[in-house]
Amino acid sequence: MTQTHTFDVVIVGAGGAGLMAALYASRNAKTAVLSKLYPIRSHTGAAQGGIGAALGNLEEDHWEWHAFDTVKGSDYLGDQDAIEFMCREAVQSVYDLEHFGLPFSRTADGRIAQRPFGGHTNNVTGKPVRRSCYAADRTGHMILQTLFQQCIKNNTLFFDEYQVLDLLIENGRTAGVVAVEIATGEMHVFQAKAVIFATGGHGRLWEITSNAYSYTGDGVAVTMRRGIPAEDMEFFQFHPTGIYKLGILITEAVRGEGGILLNKDGERFMERYAPHIKDLASRDVISRSIYLEMKAGKGVNDHYMLLDVRPETVNKYAELDGRTRPDGTPYRVTAQEILSKIPDITDFCVTYLGVDPVKEPIPIQPTAHYAMGGIPTNKLGEVVIDDQGTVLPGLYAAGECACVSVHGANRLGTNSLVDLIVFGKHAGIQAAEYAAGVDFQSLPQDPTGLARQQIEKLTSGDGSEKAVTIGRELKKVMFDDVGVFRTAEGLHAAVEKVKELSERFKHVRVTDSGKIFNMDLLNTWELSNMLDLALVTALAAEARTESRGGHAREDFPQRDDVNWLKHSLAWLDGQEVRLGYKPVVITNYAPKERVY
Amino acid sequence: MHYKLRIYRFQPEQDTKPHYTTFEVEAEPTDRVLDVLEQIRGEQDGTLAFRRSCAHGVCGSDAMRINGRNYLACKVLLRDLDVSEITIEPLLGLRVVKDLIVDMEPFFDHYKSVLPYLINDDPLPADGKERLQSPADRERFDDTTKCILCAACTTSCPSYWANSEYVGPAAIVNAHRFIYDSRDQGAEQRLKILNEQMGVWRCRTAFNCTEACPREIKITQAIGEVKRAIQTGKLD
Repeated sequence: MTQTHTFDVVIVGAGGAGLMAALYASRNAKTAVLSKLYPIRSHTGAAQGGIGAALGNLEEDHWEWHAFDTVKGSDYLGDQDAIEFMCREAVQSVYDLEHFGLPFSRTADGRIAQRPFGGHTNNVTGKPVRRSCYAADRTGHMILQTLFQQCIKNNTLFFDEYQVLDLLIENGRTAGVVAVEIATGEMHVFQAKAVIFATGGHGRLWEITSNAYSYTGDGVAVTMRRGIPAEDMEFFQFHPTGIYKLGILITEAVRGEGGILLNKDGERFMERYAPHIKDLASRDVISRSIYLEMKAGKGVNDHYMLLDVRPETVNKYAELDGRTRPDGTPYRVTAQEILSKIPDITDFCVTYLGVDPVKEPIPIQPTAHYAMGGIPTNKLGEVVIDDQGTVLPGLYAAGECACVSVHGANRLGTNSLVDLIVFGKHAGIQAAEYAAGVDFQSLPQDPTGLARQQIEKLTSGDGSEKAVTIGRELKKVMFDDVGVFRTAEGLHAAVEKVKELSERFKHVRVTDSGKIFNMDLLNTWELSNMLDLALVTALAAEARTESRGGHAREDFPQRDDVNWLKHSLAWLDGQEVRLGYKPVVITNYAPKERVY
Repeated sequence: MHYKLRIYRFQPEQDTKPHYTTFEVEAEPTDRVLDVLEQIRGEQDGTLAFRRSCAHGVCGSDAMRINGRNYLACKVLLRDLDVSEITIEPLLGLRVVKDLIVDMEPFFDHYKSVLPYLINDDPLPADGKERLQSPADRERFDDTTKCILCAACTTSCPSYWANSEYVGPAAIVNAHRFIYDSRDQGAEQRLKILNEQMGVWRCRTAFNCTEACPREIKITQAIGEVKRAIQTGKLD
């Protein structure tokens, strides 16, 4: 039996963006939050290093500097109106989080503590600026906890462990979503005036990733199946410092606190690639540098680099760099101080590597980390469905699943959390406002039709293929050919491979035939999403014959503003993908060469 | 290396009572127990049900009993267990829904009962900026901010096994996080709740919770501090 529920606003996803949207939407609208996980399990909780905002608690800083750094970090592909909006709003948003109870680390005078982070600079001197507001190395955990606590206080209505399978659109307007209740296998229709997607990223497309198992791109896949394009999917961030083989993230804060990247000769190689800010260059720059070093035979055992945060190393390079503390005294650290700044990282290293980071360097390699691309939105969180700025009434997206675009071709560290908080909040406000002014759309004739069809396909294959095998092959080809460096040849091969895997996927049959917690069915459906996203990603990457931010083409090494200063849009129609483009919004910052 | 995993099974749509299934796998000693569970579900038995998400010990989805002790499956490596025969069971004290999946609702209900959110009715700072808090005041409750609500502590507690109305260590940890936050004004309300029959006095300091915590929170100590605050009426 399908149950039908009615809400003004339905939010899909309960991480930072979803919870923030819930807190603001529920002030003025009857709101429900659907999440495939318990909210507190969301991947926002894994964010470590901090949230960027020009509070200026330790030194001069301005939101305009934050905006410029973000534009530059985006390799000029970010929309500058949205970036300015985000960086200005970031300041108040961080104070809002503190008022909600977030336990930020503190400065000596009791203010929110701030640390340097990659690509964040004093725009006059070009030196790293302390802009990342942090709570030890578990800032995302604290944000997720704090927002969940506020939701409890506000009696927010959650539907925990509900997987959204489809978006309903009637008469060109949002009508609701269809979800399956994982605990019972029953379908539910949620009729809603407004729907906000906040479903997170899709790093599980790649073999080595920092992302949770649940990061399978569900929101982008669901909206693409309903004719909504995906924007800038060729841009995916590889974070330079994942734990070797496992991909678990080692925050940039380790380098913010003085950690240094070394090759097998013990050389601080970033000095050659980014002479000004070295180990705190932008993530895409460092990931490429690591690959180039490995190609030059400078990888340790040919496979990894070292991240050295031993106090003797930190102090040696701090002295060479002339690094000082806010009071002007030389920057020198003890092992104890390092441990207090990065306790969780220490724990990861000990647990998974048996390495104590203040005694031994950490083996690292680039790891698939963050989707710059996603569901196209404007700065109000409204979903934009073409190259003309046309919005789909009642549909919103926020957080990693959305592409505003504030991150352009490469996201700066700390800006994911800024994005969640700022755009989650505004999507919530906008959705509630919209819902107050319209009536419900009628539901389509057979609202669960497409959702059921998808499930039936997964249970009716001949079983000659295994989902796990297809998943493994997909992740491998994406990591090898749609990774840090790309070529026409590799991308073409990847496209063909993904198509082949999609064909083979038709033979998969879910082996669990039960309804209750059918995790086999859920995971197989997630794989269908990843196959769709992989195809779009590889095709958009093949088409873009330039190098920009996270998209680095060996065969087209230069950025090409004449032909490619534009966002891609990809429409999926079965196995066919149509690509289109739309211009970048430029306000105050003319594109120039990006040097760190 | 060769491993034998004996896994607790309960498929509610077929089974009338739980049983165990043994799976044999080849795995590296440095693999996580979660990796092996994934391998079994992918290669051997798609019906095996368990929760997981982040796979590195921060989301709290995959708490379970491994060789009789509560762990996160993603935060324990095979070599840490020191044996090649491994028994995996769902958390104790919560209803088993399917295989390793338990009903978490009672756990979250206890958590919600201790008012786990900042209570402060004072006006916000006039300049709109942050409330001030000294590093020492912030440090006072740092340990209990680390909780990920995985339930490993509560479901290892003999007092909780004896009476599931007991709020349990996780709820007390989260109360502690606010009681000792210098910005919070709800300590009195929370201490009153925890002084009731199903509150802190059910704790018999068995220390199981502290041993089970994957975040290494000093839970027994935090509970002790809450008990002392109730007795003395003072927060120290």
